[in-house]
Amino acid sequence: MTRTARLLMFAVAGGLVAALLVLGVLDLPDFGASDHPYRDAAVPAAVLHKTSNVISSINFDLRALDTLGEETILLASVIGVTVLLRPASDEHEHESISGSGRLLDSTKLMGYVFLPITLMIGFLTIAHGAVTPGGGFQGGVVLGTGIHLLYVAGSYRALERARPVGVAELGEAIGAGAFACVGIAGALAAGAFLVNSLPLGAFGDLFSSGTVLLLSCAVGIEVASGVVVLLAQFLHQTVEVTEEHGQ
Amino acid sequence: MSVYAYLVAVFVLLVGAFGIVRSRNLVHAVVCLSIAQSGTYILLLAVGYQSKATPPVFGSPATKPTKAVAEPLVQAMALTDIVVSATVTALLLAIAVQIHKRHNTVDPNELAALRG
Amino acid sequence: MLSYDDTVSLLPALAVAVPIVAACVLLMIGRRAPRPLVDGIAAATSAGVVAMLAVLLAHAGNGRVINWVGRWHPKNGYSVGIVLVGDEVGAGVALLAACLVLLALIYSWRYFEGVEAHYHCLMLLFLAGMVGFALTGDLFDMFVFFELMGAAAYALTGFKVEDATAVQGALNFGIINSLGAYIGLIGIGALFARVGNLTLPQLHEALAKHPPDALIVASFVAVLTAFLVKGAMVPFHFWLADAHAVAPTPVCVLFSGVMVPLGVYAVFRVYWLVFADVLPGSAVRRTFIVLGALTAVIGAVMCFAQRHFKRLLAYSTIAHVGLFLVAAGCLTESGTAGALLYVAGHAGVKSALFLLAGVMLNRYGSVDEIDLFGRGRDTRLTKWLFVIGGLALAGLPPFGTALGKAVGEEAGLSSGYEWVPVLFVAVSAVTGGAVLRVTGRVYFGLGDPPRPSDRSTSGSQEETEVPRLLPRVRITMLVPILVLLLGALALGVLPGAHEAAERAAGHFIDSAAYAKEALSGVAVHAAAVPPVGNWTLSGVLLGLLSAGLAVLCAAGALYSRRVGVWERATRGLDRGVDGLRALHSGHVGDYVAWLMTGMVALGAFVGIPLR
Repeated sequence: MTRTARLLMFAVAGGLVAALLVLGVLDLPDFGASDHPYRDAAVPAAVLHKTSNVISSINFDLRALDTLGEETILLASVIGVTVLLRPASDEHEHESISGSGRLLDSTKLMGYVFLPITLMIGFLTIAHGAVTPGGGFQGGVVLGTGIHLLYVAGSYRALERARPVGVAELGEAIGAGAFACVGIAGALAAGAFLVNSLPLGAFGDLFSSGTVLLLSCAVGIEVASGVVVLLAQFLHQTVEVTEEHGQ
Repeated sequence: MSVYAYLVAVFVLLVGAFGIVRSRNLVHAVVCLSIAQSGTYILLLAVGYQSKATPPVFGSPATKPTKAVAEPLVQAMALTDIVVSATVTALLLAIAVQIHKRHNTVDPNELAALRG
Repeated sequence: MLSYDDTVSLLPALAVAVPIVAACVLLMIGRRAPRPLVDGIAAATSAGVVAMLAVLLAHAGNGRVINWVGRWHPKNGYSVGIVLVGDEVGAGVALLAACLVLLALIYSWRYFEGVEAHYHCLMLLFLAGMVGFALTGDLFDMFVFFELMGAAAYALTGFKVEDATAVQGALNFGIINSLGAYIGLIGIGALFARVGNLTLPQLHEALAKHPPDALIVASFVAVLTAFLVKGAMVPFHFWLADAHAVAPTPVCVLFSGVMVPLGVYAVFRVYWLVFADVLPGSAVRRTFIVLGALTAVIGAVMCFAQRHFKRLLAYSTIAHVGLFLVAAGCLTESGTAGALLYVAGHAGVKSALFLLAGVMLNRYGSVDEIDLFGRGRDTRLTKWLFVIGGLALAGLPPFGTALGKAVGEEAGLSSGYEWVPVLFVAVSAVTGGAVLRVTGRVYFGLGDPPRPSDRSTSGSQEETEVPRLLPRVRITMLVPILVLLLGALALGVLPGAHEAAERAAGHFIDSAAYAKEALSGVAVHAAAVPPVGNWTLSGVLLGLLSAGLAVLCAAGALYSRRVGVWERATRGLDRGVDGLRALHSGHVGDYVAWLMTGMVALGAFVGIPLR
């Protein structure tokens, strides 16, 4: 279709869809209303399993199957990126040229200061997933991206040395597999898949909530490793892969 | 305005779709797709909001659990979705990188390989 | 009382978890393990999943297998957890997915030798996504597994990165399916706001018997858009031909055989459980029948107009999806049974045809009908397998496709739509005829040497999937083809297939029983199905008619230049077809505009009668 035809079609159809969705949305309960039946049932359930972060309880206990699915999507996407950015037969890889580009001293300083802080925040967010806002997903993202301060404030070589991609792929597989294995272990040992049957501890303690902490750590390892592998593929494409006859 | 947040969500979804329709660059189209997804987060989080309620986290050391907290399910859905959709977007961008290498363009108007 | 916790109820969850663990193991050892080990682990895992799901299906015949994950059983009819429900249809579709993955992995033994184990990991994750999607009873969980199927599928479609069309097809597929999913999530969020829970049985209980309002209609349109994009109904279908044309052959088998029918499955699962007691059935029936018929006709016309064999098969899938929608859209038990049988038969036949397309590609380096004119004259077995496949696709009895077609036609007639048998016969004849035409040209050298036309995509730029062109068909490629064709035949021949389908369909549309069993654990005993034989005389005759018409269509196309009248008559038709072809432009912006149009159509069909 010509550009005009396409835009016209979207204008008409999109307008009608907007009207339909707006009419539907006008029938939603008022914004800020207090009728939330799921919350009324979920909070006591979380307290029953001694998890003081109700969101983590939902993610890793009440609706853990959803999270298994979500972290598997992440695994599939990262494998997909690895497959899609593999060097083709008409390309060759070369070592990155060290010492290229200008780096301000202040950037280097910020990198030195913030790298350990960021990594520490990442670990703490994952470990405290059951009790404070956070958990495997958030902490994993902080960890995974935090290590790239080495690239931003240092060099590609430094990053490569610090995070061998093979180790990251291994971490990703272990994290994802661990989640499913905890579920299967629950099925074999306690008769139900993904059941929270470990000792629950005391409400508000760091080591509480049984499998919630375990699954939060598994997801944290997986997300951090996944982000590292993902960025590694893109950086490798940009920095080290060129066409056979080009530059 | 008790429906304003919902209207914003619908608007963001449709604006993202519009972006894909008029896009001249596939990277731009993929980013518009993730904008459309942000519309869904806005709707989910707006549905779970309760005025004058606290976050559904009781911390360590724990405060007394109460039911006057925001809806936790939509927050759980939104947070896992955000992380996961970042990787799916990365997957689509990787495809866009390969398209650029094979076709020497990322303009959808110039991609003529799949007609009819 | 139902037991939620016996061993059988673990099977749905294990069928999802085991492929994920196997994929992780393959990811860990892939770099160092020898290729036969990787192939073996992947095939063994899928065989294991097939066994688990077969056991589950056997138990589902005695009553739905229900598992609240993590032991979050409902109290007073409310639960905070997620439920997995293995009823006959869900377990059956999951079993079909596992069987096709197993056969695809056997076919791709030693395919893609350079890529470690990533291909196998993606196939196993795709399997986990399909099984989870079929067995879950929670709406957001369906969305999650939908996304999992999607992520694995986009990567598998673009697998041949050196092929320019592959990456374009993969991106079109990715953008449209993801946009559909996000629109579905809007609908899910709206339903959650209304009901306060996300599991299908609880949605059923909360919404039943309340009058429909704008929110229900909007969520219906939104959620169905997501599933109909996956199910490739017109006008959400544009991505399918692009993706099928370029994906590796074993992956196309999975797309056409089970992934696209899963979209249709989800449409009716969600309709029956969530919307059947709220929206007026007549409006919904009209929607599916009209849009299904449109899908079938457009698919058939575009199919016949292709020269790229895989794209031809893709459009024939769209045409058959239209027929599935018409059959199940009658909203009766027999219509649903017809759709089930037709999906199963079609899966066998279409998968076999795609594997044969792979054989064509890997022996001759092309899937273009015009470039390969006469190349296959010296094959011995392959040419006849193509003929059998084409005739089976057209609905030749006693293949399973013909049985499904017959039951579907009967259901359409008894719902008051007399033109349904005409549609079914015409569409299956045209699609079968297209396959027979290609077979005639390539493998028998029949017909006049064709004039090259560049109005449709050529199939000669396809990348082969093995390092060197094969001199002979490999045994690992031949065996799955034979198994699939024999399976499709067995479906029509084995006694009791129709009866089993009617029973499964009855349980599928009985949402009250589903909700009651899931929420209260009280087993509901369904009424017995009266015994019904497989074939009726009219079914057999219509099947033979379709097969005969298919041969006529193929002959007409092959020898069209010798019949002057035919040439003149089709010239006007050609212009119309060209217009239709121009709409299938490969431009993702066009596809999104059509997606919006589709949503308007759905909203109009369902919303206007409610005013």
